[in-house]
Amino acid sequence: MEQVIFYGLALIAIVGALVTIFARNAMYSVLALVVTFFAMAGLYLQLNAEFVAVVHIIVYAGAIMVLFLFVVMMLNLNSVSSIVSNNTSVKWIAGLFGLAMAGILGYGTYVTTLPARGVNAAENGTVKVLGKMLFNEYLLPFELTSVLLIATMVGVIVLTKKEE
Amino acid sequence: MQLTNRSKQVSNKEMTFSERMYLPAIVGGLRVTFSHMLKKGATVQYPEQVREHSAVFRGQHVLKRDAEGRENCTACGLCAVACPAEAITIVAGERQKGEEHLYREEKYAVEYDINMLRCIFCGLCEEACPKDAIYLTDRIVTSNYERANFIFRKEDLVEKVALEGRIDISKRKKDK
Amino acid sequence: MILASVITFKLALAAILFVITLGIAAYSTYFERKVAAFMQDRIGPNRAGPLGLLQPIADGVKMIFKEEHRPTGSNRILFILGPSIAMLTALMTSAVIPWSPKYFEIGGQKYALQIADINVGILYVFGVVSLGVYGILIGGWSSNNKYSLLGAVRASSQMISYELAMGLSIIPIILGSESLQMSAIVESQHEVWNIFKYPLGFLIFLICAFAETNRTPFDLPECETELVGGYHTEYTSMKLGFFLFSEYVNMFASSAVISTLFFGGYHFPGMSLLPAGVAVLVGVGVLFAKIIFFIFFFMWIRWTIPRFRYDQLMHLGWQVLMPLAIILVVVYGAIFSFI
Repeated sequence: MEQVIFYGLALIAIVGALVTIFARNAMYSVLALVVTFFAMAGLYLQLNAEFVAVVHIIVYAGAIMVLFLFVVMMLNLNSVSSIVSNNTSVKWIAGLFGLAMAGILGYGTYVTTLPARGVNAAENGTVKVLGKMLFNEYLLPFELTSVLLIATMVGVIVLTKKEE
Repeated sequence: MQLTNRSKQVSNKEMTFSERMYLPAIVGGLRVTFSHMLKKGATVQYPEQVREHSAVFRGQHVLKRDAEGRENCTACGLCAVACPAEAITIVAGERQKGEEHLYREEKYAVEYDINMLRCIFCGLCEEACPKDAIYLTDRIVTSNYERANFIFRKEDLVEKVALEGRIDISKRKKDK
Repeated sequence: MILASVITFKLALAAILFVITLGIAAYSTYFERKVAAFMQDRIGPNRAGPLGLLQPIADGVKMIFKEEHRPTGSNRILFILGPSIAMLTALMTSAVIPWSPKYFEIGGQKYALQIADINVGILYVFGVVSLGVYGILIGGWSSNNKYSLLGAVRASSQMISYELAMGLSIIPIILGSESLQMSAIVESQHEVWNIFKYPLGFLIFLICAFAETNRTPFDLPECETELVGGYHTEYTSMKLGFFLFSEYVNMFASSAVISTLFFGGYHFPGMSLLPAGVAVLVGVGVLFAKIIFFIFFFMWIRWTIPRFRYDQLMHLGWQVLMPLAIILVVVYGAIFSFI
């Protein structure tokens, strides 16, 4: 049962990702990406990571993709040429980066030994455990991320502010 | 000139902090709307409930008959002359032998049309009539989709012969 | 309990809640018209059935039999998907609302009137609310009408803006009850309701709830004369009905969330004096009474306050409520960490 759900969600995620890349209509791309996010949230749920799953939906599907949709809707991307680049060198570079990314991820999953699903698996995804982990073991990366976010936020405000 | 004592002097002065919070104003507004919830509405459920007309209300016309059921109208045309809106058209005819039970005088109206779209319900026809034949009742002229249907023919205006078919003239007349 | 009976119980609960939600939402439309009428010294619908009680059914039948129209050049799939998502997300919220204390016993069996007591319940509510934007955006975009599109952008940016302040305004509650779980948040109000502890948070949350449900004074999609309506300008028949109806379902859901987060959910004064079984029953009734009061409050506000202009709306959201909510988080954070 668990495996069936896993493979179902994985299939949805992959199909969604493929549609995102190959759809001719940018609107469908964005919506397919939303579907992918949902499938991934489902996968998180299977790992008992409820907090991550819900935050994933709120942040990605609920906020970021909505802003993407804004842009796509406003730009009026009716012609195919406007989103698919004909520049061959760009395609090659993109392919190369894609392969490198896949390589890194593949290597990462190959090297890491995943912990066996223990008895306290249900406890691992809760907010309490997550919070303790973030503010003890991963304090530095967490704070660095927040500094990065603050910098981005300030940058956005400076950019949008009208010249006086 | 002051019409009511409810007028308010408006000014453009800066609002104070508590005014800019708007919350007291909102609460005040909520109080007003809630007080209206407890008030009785002014609605009259028309077809079921009919509001009483004023004593001087003038509505649809009626051509009266006398006590023996004969039409009062003698087609003298005074009403048509008096009518400021020129809503009344009369075609007169002579009473034949054997029609004495139908018409009181020897001249009568063959046709008597009132265009209700022109009529201003002033009641001058009633004032002009020497034979007490036309009256404005308190009935309302019904609405219609066609212009033509607003021209009331004689058969629409004359009351029935039978006593229960007689139309009570308005209270206005009875009080006189 | 064995798994099968748990699933049956939950499914039955979901079905009952579904029916109740739709019923209350349907009668909210009637109730709204009545409240509007009373506040304006009128009588309101009274022709369909006694006191006009069959009016929602008449409205529904009318909506279904109205002519279907789809604008040329619109996207057929997305045009249908829009109202469907709006309705779906509106109905999903109430799944995490606890209607009774967790586990009361009937014949040795333990029951809880709550469909899903997930440990991030409150975040689930926010997740579902943030997805509601999609129905509006997709509906507006797929209409192939620039005014619908502008309306959709307007409505969704309004929802996103107020979501932030809304999310921040409940952080004191989460800090206070030390949980994101809805049942735990309700249980933490056993002594004192949250409204007395966090009045400012409640105020911010309430204002944001009005904005999230697109109710007056934030009902810009409703203004046809000034702004050519909103995202549902091109919709007809039951598709329009779904958009309009989802507003009422949302109103029910947000009233339920407000009652649960700030007004103690099923708690009522003197609850511990009653025997357990009776207390549960009365508790459900009390929660519904609170919800109905808030639905009434939504309407009360609607017939009292005029609509905001768009720039005023954005000003209120970003420059008043957001800073207030941030100050709130800082102050309560300090209080909870030092006391």
